[in-house]
Formats: sequence, C-alpha cells, structure tokens
Amino acid sequence: MMMKQTYTIVNPQGFHVRPTKVFVDKAITYPCDVFLISKNRRMNGKSSLGVMSLGLKKSDEVTLEVNGELEEEALAGLGEVLVSIHD
Amino acid sequence: MTQDNSMQMKGIAASPGYAIARAVVLKKEAYIPERRVEMHSSKEQERLRVAVSLAKEELETIRQSTLERLGKSKAEIFEGHLMLLEDPELIDVIIENIEQQQIDAEYALYEVSQMFIDTFLSMDNELLQARAVDISDVATRIMNHLRGVVHTDLASITEECVIIARDLTPSETACLNLKVVKGIINEIGSRTSHSAIMSRSIEIPAIVGAGEGVMSVSTGSTIILDAIQGIIIIHPSGEQLAEYEEKHRLYELRREELSKLKNLPTRTLDGHQVELAANIGKLEDLQKVLDNGAEGIGLFRTEFLYMDRSGFPSEDEQFSIYKHVLEKMDGKPVVIRTLDIGGDKELSYMDLPKESNPFLGQRALRLCLAREDLFRTQLRAILRAGVYGNLKIMFPMIAVLDEWRKAKSLLLEEKELLQAQGIQTAEKLEIGMMVEVPAAALSADIFASEVDFFSIGTNDLIQYMMAADRMNESVSYLYQPCHPSILRLIRIVIEAANTEGKWVGMCGEMAGDLQAIPLLIGLGLHEFSMSAGSILPARELIGQLNYTEVTPMVEQVLKLRTQDEVYQYVRDYREKEE
Repeated sequence: MMMKQTYTIVNPQGFHVRPTKVFVDKAITYPCDVFLISKNRRMNGKSSLGVMSLGLKKSDEVTLEVNGELEEEALAGLGEVLVSIHD
Repeated sequence: MTQDNSMQMKGIAASPGYAIARAVVLKKEAYIPERRVEMHSSKEQERLRVAVSLAKEELETIRQSTLERLGKSKAEIFEGHLMLLEDPELIDVIIENIEQQQIDAEYALYEVSQMFIDTFLSMDNELLQARAVDISDVATRIMNHLRGVVHTDLASITEECVIIARDLTPSETACLNLKVVKGIINEIGSRTSHSAIMSRSIEIPAIVGAGEGVMSVSTGSTIILDAIQGIIIIHPSGEQLAEYEEKHRLYELRREELSKLKNLPTRTLDGHQVELAANIGKLEDLQKVLDNGAEGIGLFRTEFLYMDRSGFPSEDEQFSIYKHVLEKMDGKPVVIRTLDIGGDKELSYMDLPKESNPFLGQRALRLCLAREDLFRTQLRAILRAGVYGNLKIMFPMIAVLDEWRKAKSLLLEEKELLQAQGIQTAEKLEIGMMVEVPAAALSADIFASEVDFFSIGTNDLIQYMMAADRMNESVSYLYQPCHPSILRLIRIVIEAANTEGKWVGMCGEMAGDLQAIPLLIGLGLHEFSMSAGSILPARELIGQLNYTEVTPMVEQVLKLRTQDEVYQYVRDYREKEE
C-alpha cells in the first residue's frame, strides 16, 4: 500500500538547509520509501540534495508519499516536519 | 592629492569592522576534467570511494574544531557537507554513472555535481542558491583527493593580510588563522551567503559581492577594508591611512567596551535594576536580539504574519511562529502585541473602508473587536504557544476601560474553550495594555488595578498628544519625546502602576534614545524595549547613572518649559557627573 498527503510549507524562509536536514535525518530512520512531490517533480525524501532541489518556498504545496514498512508512522512524523517553523 | 593613485571599490558590508593590511589574492582555477572512457569501472569506483572517505575524515576534523571554536550552529555547515557525502542522489549516482557510462571517476563526479550546482544556482531563493557553494566545496574536496592535489593551505599564511577570493568557502573561512588574517573580501556573495555568516560569527571584517575588479588587485598591495560602509581602498594615500588607523582604533576600543556588557544585568551605579528588551517585527530579527544581550522581547509586532500574502494566517501557522520565538528566547519574557493593523496599514485581502483620518480610525484593537473571528484566531494561537516559554500579551490602542475589558474577556473565553477541548494553554499569562492614547495615559489609575502591566508606545502617544501626524514632514518639529507634556504623561502612568504594584515598559523609539534614558530611569520606568542594536549602548549609559540622583533631577526637569531646555538640563547634569 502507498500513502500520501499534501502539506503547505509555513517556514518563512522556505525549506532550506536546516529544515531539510531535520527532514532527511528523520526520513532515513524509517524503512519505507519516502518521496516528496512538488511542481510535478518527484524527489527522494532521503536525499538532502533531492529535497533541496525542489526549492520549496513558504506557502508552496508539497505532497509527501511513503511506501513500505512503517509508512503510517513516517507520514505522521515527516508531515509534522514539513509544517513546522525552523531556523 | 596629485600623486594619489588610490582606488576605491564598493561591496556589501557582510561583517562589520576595519582592516588595514596587505592583500593576498587567492586565485583558484576551476578544474574541468575531460571525459575519459574507462573500462575498469570497479577500479574507478574504488578510487572514488577512497577519495570520499578521505574527504569525510578531513571534514570530520574541521567539523570538530569548528564545534569547539564556534559552537554548534556553525559546525552544522560541515554536518551538512558530511551529509552530502552520504547523499544517495550524489555519491550513489556518481558510482552508478562510472559503470553505466564507462567513464572515469573525475568526470563522473564533475558531471553529477555540476548538474546540482546549476540546479541550485537557478533557484530564486537566495538561501538555496547559496547551497551551490556547498556542493562545489564538497565536490572540490573529493576532486582534490582523486587528483592527489593538496588543498590550498590558508593556514600557511604568516604575515598580516586581507584575503581576496572569488568566494571563500565556509570551510576555508572557518580554518582561517585570525592572528594573521585581518579581513576578507569576496568577489561574489550576499549578506546571507555562508561565508558572510561565517565571517560574522568568527568576527572578522568582511565585504562580499565586491565585483570582478577586486580579483585584479595584486597580492602585496596595501588595502583598507571598511566593512562598515562597504568600501575597499587600494593603495591608500597617507592621509587615508592615518584616517582609517584612527577609525579602526576607536572602533575596536568601543566594540571591546560594549561586548563586556553583553551578558550583564542592567543596573545603575547604585544598584537600581531595570530590564532592557528588544522589539522584533520579523523572525529574522531574532538573531540580533540574542547577539546583543537583550533580556527579553518587549514588543513582538505580529503584523508581519499578516502581510505579503493572499489570506489570513491560520491558527496553526501563527502558533508555530509564536512557539518558535518563545523557544528561541529560552524562558526570557516575550511580550506579544496583538494585531495592529487598519488605518494606514492595509491588507490587500481585507476589504477595509477608506477612512479620511486613518490614524484616528478603526485600527488595531478597535478593528479586532469589530472582527472577532480574526482576533479569536490570534488569541488561540497565542494561548497555545504560551506553553513553550515566558509569554505575555498586550493589546494596542486602548482608550477606554470597556475596550480593555472586552479584549480581556475574549482572551479568557478562548482560554476556557481550549481547555474544554483538552488543549494545553499557558498556565500563567500576564495580560497588559499599550498606552498610546492620551486618554488611557491620563486615566492610567483606572486601568492599573485590572492590568498586569503597561507598555508605553511613545511613537503613537507623541503623535496623538501633539496632534501631529508623524508621517508629515512639515509638522515633524512637533515630534518631541522629551517635551514636558510627554514626560508628565509618562510620570502619570508610572505612578499609577506603582500604586498598584504593576510594572511599566516602554516600546517606542524613545526607550532607546540616549538623551531620554536618564529621564526615564529617573521617572522609574521598569522595562525599556528598543531595536536590538541600541541595547548595549543603553546598558552602558544606565551603568553610569545614579538612581538616587536622577530621580530628583527629573523633578527639576518637569518644571522646564521646552524640550530644548530639557535636553540642555540633562546635558549639563551629565557633564557635571563626569
């Protein structure tokens, strides 16, 4: 099964280095595949280069897609990172 | 002047200070490998793995020493680099390409890293654009190991110098020997580029974005780096040298004095303690607040949350931002002011009727009470965030008691509603009001028993008191913070608060005005909230005053007739002190 949900970025400076690091560090703790999709581009959520190259800005929508073991936990845990404020 | 061959260039002052030294120009040639067909893929892959692991060791050392010297946040840059070395989209792809395309390790590395560098450079977010530098820094490091090239050793510089480079990488900046390197000039970059941030944290004067011309300066030329104004002088004249040596000396002296005050409490000579807080209007202001030794945030303007967007911010979004500020301030007080919009401050998505006297119209709390829905959303977000720190809330533009009571009851209602839903809210929350309307100031005694604190907003208070629009140049002479009428009004507020044992803050320009501070101390103001940059000079001044002397001085001042007389009196008093 595969799960996905769409979020809106609220961090004023978008999803730059630090939020990306928090996201990727957390993503690699889940065994399932993690993807982020924005503006018709789909990137590996376990790669900081992948996540950053989406160029997510404040108010952008991004879809989180998880597939595999512990996907439900991954969706909840990573979804929260997407809608938090970071430095 | 005739034999003067000095030359000036301009750039962005990225880290303040002055430097006068000889230039060392770092010219790094970009190495572009040629594509070679390489059939022994496993050998190439192994070479790459070895180079990556050497790069990792090196970066680990730099990360460790940065952590010790500069702390966690700067070391994070290198954690980011280490993370790149483990990124599946980078290293794994290079390894794959070596085999699939039968190419050598150097070219595979060049191709993949260049692809990412181009992607990031084309982004319209400055922070993400700057990531191209990280990728290039990491790729160069691996490339040097692949080629067996020794990394340019900045540590080997032994004479005092200013380094000129295209863009010093964060790792190079972090490794500089500050005993000899006195300043940095980068051809490219912005205030937010990594090397700019790094140079601020190691406190080395730096100019970035100086432009191509700067690379043609020859090594050994004497230069003056003025990272206050963003000016570079090459081959300065004797006069210029003398001028800048003096500026430099005074600047360093002053900086040293002020930095000693950073983590000290704010006390007068005879031990009377007050609180110096900062005003913030956007999240980017926070770092300056922390860097300047603020004891709290005395005015958190929430308007920025509502600006430059197409609709109202949600409760969750506001909650995230308030929570972030409270956590950053780590237990220090944070006074949030509820939305102050309307009148001259418009929101594109909010249809407000045009008013002929916007400053006297439906602004701030008046608007919030008319638009309860949006007010309640903000109150809920504030109440929820209060769990994460020392939060206080204040309402702007209150004129009469009814407004205060209405605002407070809405807040308490929302608190109960949240609690009924099992949502955690701030346990103890001080609720105060701004004093900006003369009516409220004159009747402070009426409010004093019901509020937890007052915060005097002098910018508006003066404009209303003098009936002079502060945007109108032709009546700007009436903006007189130290006019006896204003001082008397402030005294009325403080006395009313003291009678009830409440505290009074001030969050207008006046609070950071060095001419006004001796008077405000004498009047017994408890908290001063100002722009972060004014805090250390204010703390220094307060430390030179005697509370027992400025109190009677104020009594004399209150009998004067004009603001000029007041200023003169304070100046005379200060001179007598010295």
